[in-house]
Amino acid sequence: MPSEAGRAQGAVSSASRLENALRAKDDLKLVAYMMAGHPNKRRSIEVGKRLAGSGIAALEIGIPHSDPLADGSVIQHAGQVALEHGMTVSGALGVAQAVAAEGVPVVLMTYINPVLSYDPRRFAAEASQAGVAGVIVPDLPIEEAEPVTGWFRAAALETIFMVAPTTPPDRITSICSHSSGFVYCVTVTGITGARKELPEGMPELLREVRKRTQLPVAAGFGISRPEHMKSLRGGADAAVVGSAIVEAIERGGDAVALVKELLKACR
Amino acid sequence: MSRAALTHPVDGRFGAFGGQYVPETLMSALGELEDMWHEAKADPQFQLELAGHRRAFIGRPTPIYAATRLSEHFGGTHIHFKREDLCHTGAHKLNNAVGQALLALRMGKRRIIAETGAGQHGVATATVCARFGLECTVYMGTEDMHRQSMNVRRMKLLGAEVVEVKSGSKTLKDATTEAIRDWVTNVRTTHYIIGSVVGPHPYPEMVRDLQRVIGDEAREQYLSLDGKLPDVVVACVGGGSNAIGIFTAFLDDRDVALVGVEAAGRGVKTGEHAASLVGGRPGVLHGTYSYVLQDGDGQILPTHSISAGLDYPGVGPEHAFLHETERVEYVAVTDKDALAAFKLCTRLEGIMPALEPAHAIHHAGVIARELGPGGSILVCLSGRGDKDMDSVDAE
Repeated sequence: MPSEAGRAQGAVSSASRLENALRAKDDLKLVAYMMAGHPNKRRSIEVGKRLAGSGIAALEIGIPHSDPLADGSVIQHAGQVALEHGMTVSGALGVAQAVAAEGVPVVLMTYINPVLSYDPRRFAAEASQAGVAGVIVPDLPIEEAEPVTGWFRAAALETIFMVAPTTPPDRITSICSHSSGFVYCVTVTGITGARKELPEGMPELLREVRKRTQLPVAAGFGISRPEHMKSLRGGADAAVVGSAIVEAIERGGDAVALVKELLKACR
Repeated sequence: MSRAALTHPVDGRFGAFGGQYVPETLMSALGELEDMWHEAKADPQFQLELAGHRRAFIGRPTPIYAATRLSEHFGGTHIHFKREDLCHTGAHKLNNAVGQALLALRMGKRRIIAETGAGQHGVATATVCARFGLECTVYMGTEDMHRQSMNVRRMKLLGAEVVEVKSGSKTLKDATTEAIRDWVTNVRTTHYIIGSVVGPHPYPEMVRDLQRVIGDEAREQYLSLDGKLPDVVVACVGGGSNAIGIFTAFLDDRDVALVGVEAAGRGVKTGEHAASLVGGRPGVLHGTYSYVLQDGDGQILPTHSISAGLDYPGVGPEHAFLHETERVEYVAVTDKDALAAFKLCTRLEGIMPALEPAHAIHHAGVIARELGPGGSILVCLSGRGDKDMDSVDAE
């Protein structure tokens, strides 16, 4: 297994801004998720700016899609609301640009069809121009990725791939080698959405991923509570919190209070 | 390259179309499914078992039938029906459900999920789950549950749980999205029986392999009846499983024209339709790259068809390939014309077709008038129309 060797080899290339932001230093980094255009464009820019200054390591901004296969009801609903208020790919790039200007690394998360429809080359160029650091496309597995991620690379965007609890070991290696910026470790077999408890096998999965990459490893899906942060410390570099933050935004807040509470448990 | 080689997916693709655009969580399950399907397909024991169920449970081979009064009405071209409406549960859907249930048993998965539009695939899946003692959950849009309420009652009687899908357009697209999310969550214990030649590889290929029995039988039956092949084979296309099922056997017969009939709803120009090939463009929906009805920003559009089974914004990737290579011609027929064909066929032949193949029957009439006496058309009568009584009465 390419454990230490793999990590050492990766160290040759200089670490990117996203990598540096997400690497744990005796703590756990926090990545927040919000949906562009939820509840509307103006408000989502305000919320994004506040989250940017709340102590998070990076901000994931969702571009809404009508058929989000990997998302639970909270993020699906936020996407529906955003679409109903006229959010578009181009509009979401505008939200990303306004928020990235605050200095926080911004990662876009969307599905493959909006990217294909926009044209991957144009999408990559405009995202890069907007100051975006990386892109996550959850329905784009490594086998299908190259025609799209080639453009991301050309535009100096990181491509973050996901490892799932159902991913066999040799495939984890391959996903890690395709990833840049960080590796996204899906902690639950399922879709996004807050859960009470994290699954038992999670520490092993994180260990398996970390053995195979030099990149920071972020855990996501189902993570929402301070006690989750505590249990992830030492196992992951970063935790991604999505649905719980989107729910707070849905209730009219900006989720900063939730972020502060979670950050306390990260140190 | 020979035609046969061209229609076999290479790396999960038919030309540019197909692929596996799904969350990582499903990738190993799709790999396992592909391996298991190829293994089962090559296993004589599996084939023997499948043949037994086809004979005694589904009621195959289904006959082909000379629709003489309809032929006369349309000007003398000989029109035949492949009678998939005579399959157990009333449509071709059971061909696929039986095969996939046997595969689920082989994989040791005891929980089955399915999506359904018209309810025919849901009923077929609930039926095989009752037959093989499997747990069954069917996702169905609110709107479809209303217009196909009899099928909802049938599924419940068969022991299936029917989950109402209230998101999006509340039809087949949304039911499929929900079923995929269920699968992402329960993939270790659950097999997803997709009802059409859509979804990520290997589904389009596997469902095609299970449905091609329609055309294999029909071609042989037609030859022994007429000593030659028909001029044209016509089938309706939603996701496209009955059409692929009947077309596959005729792909190499270059003299046989193949025509797929999509749902034009209130007219393709009105935007209220479900004609993905005639009115859409390439994109990804439900894990496959094919033709999709979408807006300029890649969001999937709401569809309309009087027929719940055709009311879907995507189409199987092999159809996209057959469309681009022009081996199959795709057209669209409106609600109004389909409804008229439904009534005409019922009155003239004593066969009440489902609204889905009524689209194909209408177009067969159009072709028949062009061909005139001496021409011959084979129509895939994919299902029976009892389920559509409420929709027909409402018009």
